[in-house]
Amino acid sequence: MPIRRDDRDRYVEVELRRGEEPLWLRCGACGELVFRRRLRENNYICPRCGAYFFLTAEERIAALVDEGTFQDLTLPLESKDPLSFSDRKPYADRLREAKETTGLKDAIVVGKGKISDHWVILAVMDFRFIGGSMGTVVGEQLAFAMERAAEERIPFVFVVASGGARVQEGVLSLLQMVKTVAARELLAEAGVPYIAVLTYPSTGGVMASIASLADVTLAEQGALIGFAGPRVIQQTTGEKLPPGFQRARYALEHGLVDGVVPREGLKEELVRVLDVLEGIPSGG
Amino acid sequence: MVDERTMRALEEKVAELRRLVEEDGVDLRDELTLLEQRLQALRREYYAGLSDWDRVRLARRPDRPRGLTLVQAVCEDFYELRGDRIGGDDPALRGGLARLGGKAVTVLFHHRGTSPEEQRACRSGMALPTGYRKAVRIMEIAARLKLPLITFIDTPGAYPGVEAEAANIAGAIAKSIATMLSLPVPTVAVILGEGGSGGAVALAAADRVLMLENATYTVISPEGAAAILWKDAAAAPQAAQALALSAPRLLELGVIDEVIPEPLGGAHVDPEGTAQAVRDAVLRHLSELEGLPLDERRKLRYNRYRNAGNRGAGAPTG
Repeated sequence: MPIRRDDRDRYVEVELRRGEEPLWLRCGACGELVFRRRLRENNYICPRCGAYFFLTAEERIAALVDEGTFQDLTLPLESKDPLSFSDRKPYADRLREAKETTGLKDAIVVGKGKISDHWVILAVMDFRFIGGSMGTVVGEQLAFAMERAAEERIPFVFVVASGGARVQEGVLSLLQMVKTVAARELLAEAGVPYIAVLTYPSTGGVMASIASLADVTLAEQGALIGFAGPRVIQQTTGEKLPPGFQRARYALEHGLVDGVVPREGLKEELVRVLDVLEGIPSGG
Repeated sequence: MVDERTMRALEEKVAELRRLVEEDGVDLRDELTLLEQRLQALRREYYAGLSDWDRVRLARRPDRPRGLTLVQAVCEDFYELRGDRIGGDDPALRGGLARLGGKAVTVLFHHRGTSPEEQRACRSGMALPTGYRKAVRIMEIAARLKLPLITFIDTPGAYPGVEAEAANIAGAIAKSIATMLSLPVPTVAVILGEGGSGGAVALAAADRVLMLENATYTVISPEGAAAILWKDAAAAPQAAQALALSAPRLLELGVIDEVIPEPLGGAHVDPEGTAQAVRDAVLRHLSELEGLPLDERRKLRYNRYRNAGNRGAGAPTG
C-alpha cells in the first residue's frame, strides 16, 4: 500500500473502499487495525500514529456540516465520454468502475448545508473518482454550485481533492478551467464570499483555475498544493525538490494560502471565517 | 499511404536536379517538371493523410514560424512592453502594443527562441509566473485603453519547476484566465504551434479561438498521457490520436472557431504566406467582434465558456 508521509505531513492512501463498509480499516502508515467507528470519531486520523486517511466526499461533508442539515443538490449528470477515449482501458470502463466504487456519478458532490448555523453552498471533491479529476461533469457541477450560491446569496465553500484536469476528456477538461472561472465572476458580482479548502491533493488544472481564486483559502495540514506534480518537475527539470515542497506549510510560507489547519480543527476554522463574514453579502 | 521517407527522398532529388538546371545549365527541364509534378502529387497525398502525431511533430518543428518573428510579420508595428512590475520579466511570454490593420491593439505571445542560447533562456516557451503576471498587466492596459487583445499561443505548457511553484504558477494562470475573461475589449486567440495545457489556456479565454491547421491544443502532452495512461512512452502517437488535439477535430468539437490553412507541407514551407493567412483571419474576426455591442460581446463570451463541454456532461447546451 503506497504511503505518502513525512514528518510533518500526515496522509495515508487507503485502499479504495467498495460496497460493504468493512468494520475495521488498516492504517497504511503504522499498520494498526482501527475500528471504523473509532476512526470516524477521530476525523479519520489514525489514533495510534496520527496519519490522515483520505476522506470521501460523504465523510468530508459529515465532518464539516451540521448533522441533518445537508441537502444534496448534485445535478444528475454523467460523463458522455465525449471523445470516445480509450487508452489501455476504455474511459467508459474507468467511469463505470469509479461509479461502482464510490456510488457517485462523478468526482464531486454539491449541496447546501449549515456550518454551525451558517448556511453555505458546498462543493466537495472525491479523490477516489479518477483522482478527483475535473472533466465536463465536475466543471458543470462547480459552475452550478457557484450560480446557486450567488442566487441564494450564501457563501460558497469548495473542498478540493483533485490531481487536475481529466485527461480522458481532452481539451474539454481544459475548458472547464475557463468555465469555472467564468462562473466565479457571478459570485464576485453578487458579493458572495468564496472559501476554498485545499486538501491532498490540490494540483493541476483545478488549482490553476477556480481553486486559486477564493477570497479565503485554507489548507488542510499535509495538503499537497501546486500546479505540476513533484514527479513531473523532477523529470522535466532534474531539480532537487526542497523538503516539504508543495505541502501545506510550504504553501503558507510562499503566500499561497491564508492558513494551515489540522483536520480536527477545520470546521472550527471555517466557522471563524463565516462568523467574521456574518451579514455578507449584505442586503440578502 | 505515402511514406515520409519516399517523399523526402524525392524532395532531395528534385532540389538536386533544380540546381543542375539552374546553376550548371544542364538541360533537364522536362525531367525536372515531371518530377516536380510527381512530388506535388505525393505531397498532396501525404499531407491529406496526416495523423495527429504527424501534426504534433509539425507543430514542434524548430523552423516553424512563431514567436517574435511571426508577430512582427502579422502586425505592421510592434512595441514590446517588459516586466510584470512585481519582480521580473519572462522572455518566454512576451507582449506589448502593436498596430494591426491600421489600429492600435495589444498582443501577447509565447516566445521559444531561435538560437540555442535564446531557447534555453526562454525554456522553449514554458513561461513562469512572472510571464503570466506580465500578461495580466498587458491585459489591464488593453482594458484601460480599450485596445483589442490578440494572443499567439505556442507553448509546451507552463514551466514545471520549483521556482515556478514557489511563486504560485497555478495562481498566476488562474488570474490570467480571469482577467482575460473580464476584458471589455474584443479578444482573439491564435494557436500557432503547441497549445499545451494550462500554460496555453491562460491566454486562450478569448471571444474567438483560431488554430493553424497543424497546431495542437491539448490538456496534456501526448508523451505525458502515454506515460500516465498507457504506462509506455512509446504510445505517444496513440495518445495524440485519442486526445483529439488537432485543429480539425477541435473544430468539430466546437472548441475553436476556425482552422487557418497552412501551405502544403506545413507553415515552415512559407512563413510569409502563413503570417499573411494569420493576419487575414485575425482581422476578419476582429472586425466581426467590433461590430457587436459590448453587452452582446460579453454575453456571447460568457455563454461560450459557461456552456463549454456541456454536451460531454449531458447537460443542456445553452
